[in-house]
Amino acid sequence: MKAPSKELTIDEVVGRIESGMTVGIGGWGSRRKPMALVRAILRSDLTDLHVVSYAGPDVGLLLSAGKASRVTYAFATLDSIPLEPLFSKARVDRTAEFREWDEGMFQTGLRAAAQRVPFLPMRAGLGSAVLENDPDLRTVVSPYDDGEELVAVPALSLDVALVHMNRADTQGNAQYLGPDPYFDDLFCMAAREAYVSTEQIIDTAGLTVDAPLQSLLLNRTMVTGVVETPNGAHFTDCTPTYGRDEAFQKAYATAAKTAEDWAVFHDRFLSGDEAAYQAAVTVFHQEASA
Amino acid sequence: MTVTRSEYCAVAIADCFADDGEIMGSPMGLLPTLGARLAKNTSNPLLLLTDGEARILRGTPPLGQTADVTEGWMPFRLVLESVVPYGKRHVMMGATQIDRQGNQNISAIGPWDQPTRQLLGVRGAPGNTVNNRTSYWVPKHSPRVVVEQVDIVSGIGRTRAEAAGPAATRFHDVHRLVTNLGVFDFGGPGHTMRFVSVHPGVTVDDVRDASGCEIHADGNVPETRTPTDGELVLIRELLDPKGLREREVPTP
Repeated sequence: MKAPSKELTIDEVVGRIESGMTVGIGGWGSRRKPMALVRAILRSDLTDLHVVSYAGPDVGLLLSAGKASRVTYAFATLDSIPLEPLFSKARVDRTAEFREWDEGMFQTGLRAAAQRVPFLPMRAGLGSAVLENDPDLRTVVSPYDDGEELVAVPALSLDVALVHMNRADTQGNAQYLGPDPYFDDLFCMAAREAYVSTEQIIDTAGLTVDAPLQSLLLNRTMVTGVVETPNGAHFTDCTPTYGRDEAFQKAYATAAKTAEDWAVFHDRFLSGDEAAYQAAVTVFHQEASA
Repeated sequence: MTVTRSEYCAVAIADCFADDGEIMGSPMGLLPTLGARLAKNTSNPLLLLTDGEARILRGTPPLGQTADVTEGWMPFRLVLESVVPYGKRHVMMGATQIDRQGNQNISAIGPWDQPTRQLLGVRGAPGNTVNNRTSYWVPKHSPRVVVEQVDIVSGIGRTRAEAAGPAATRFHDVHRLVTNLGVFDFGGPGHTMRFVSVHPGVTVDDVRDASGCEIHADGNVPETRTPTDGELVLIRELLDPKGLREREVPTP
């Protein structure tokens, strides 16, 4: 008997998320972010989300739209543009609660959640402002003869994980084709439910025809649902399917500088559904090359 | 050949990696990348360097290029779990602020709860400074950058490491601060900032005027060494033929 398909629509995925949930978002900075799903959350009635992310425009947009009331992060960047403007604005305007960890602590917290242990020990954070600014963090003393006092990084347990992969099958097996898996498997395992958006849903047999076995980062036990969203990581990097859309990212970062410009940008690109967004992006590039 | 300020900086940075042996160098930014690639061609051919992303490069392509033979895989997850805590690494980070005690800030300016300016976030600085050798690069030495006390401690100096206990000091190794004016370490009284050298054309008083904290001097401060002719050829013809270094550090 064939396993049932886990294929969903964008709206069905967002319908599984509830206000107040902790939502982990895969990728890194402005790379392989599940932006089609993020854009769908922007259009939804969801509020009060706790967003956990190696932050890029995903977090900037969710903060700007008032969807995130709490953010756990290690940095916020657009990579080719050092700072994420909407994130910076939210941080200075104090429009949400912020928890800033070392990026290794962040990975360790995801791993603790994935392994279902309450914490994992590490050195990172000792002596730094991270422990002062997050009063929930505790240290733990080694029970062995060394007696070292280490940071007890708490599990970053997620309600929902959202990640974007180059390809997947309908069962939830998914692969990345670029050079870096980031932490997407850990995000999925740290979550009660994990949703994969992908450039292309293909037959299972096709996954390993032209790509190495090791590119199959996610197996179906880790995945709740799959949705095909071509160009769905836009404008972040999704190599080798497509690189970061630097011209568009620059337009985004420039528009984010003033409320007036942002309103125009939002109206042009983010007021419709995903198809409308992709159509507006096509026009943007036609105008640029005209 | 007239040596430019940025070329003194490049050799001063290269010298930071000279005695590291077979470890991974993680230079953040343009001049650190130039300096580390120079070290790999001169004092430390064993140095392991990446393209700044997931590929370990066999050679040292010119700045702005990554095309080269790949000798290994280094995705972010391996940096965080298998290089930083393993300790075979020397990172050279930037610093929006660095203080007399060797603490660094890349998180935000102002108090944590009410920052006046958000920066990158602490990134890997807390983990770097308790796990592997760490140096810093400051392209524009000023009283706003070199300060008495940083606003949000991202990378930690020796005194804070000692206060946090043996687990924080065991692998703590803040090595050098290189700026456009000179080279410093933290071997002053109580692990405070100390002159190692000043770049030719810069005086100790120039540095003190450009600093927001006291910097200790052990007697006469020497000048940063002059690049060899071989190093200048490497910098100018192989590693940075477009002269990008002059944009980051203009010669006064």
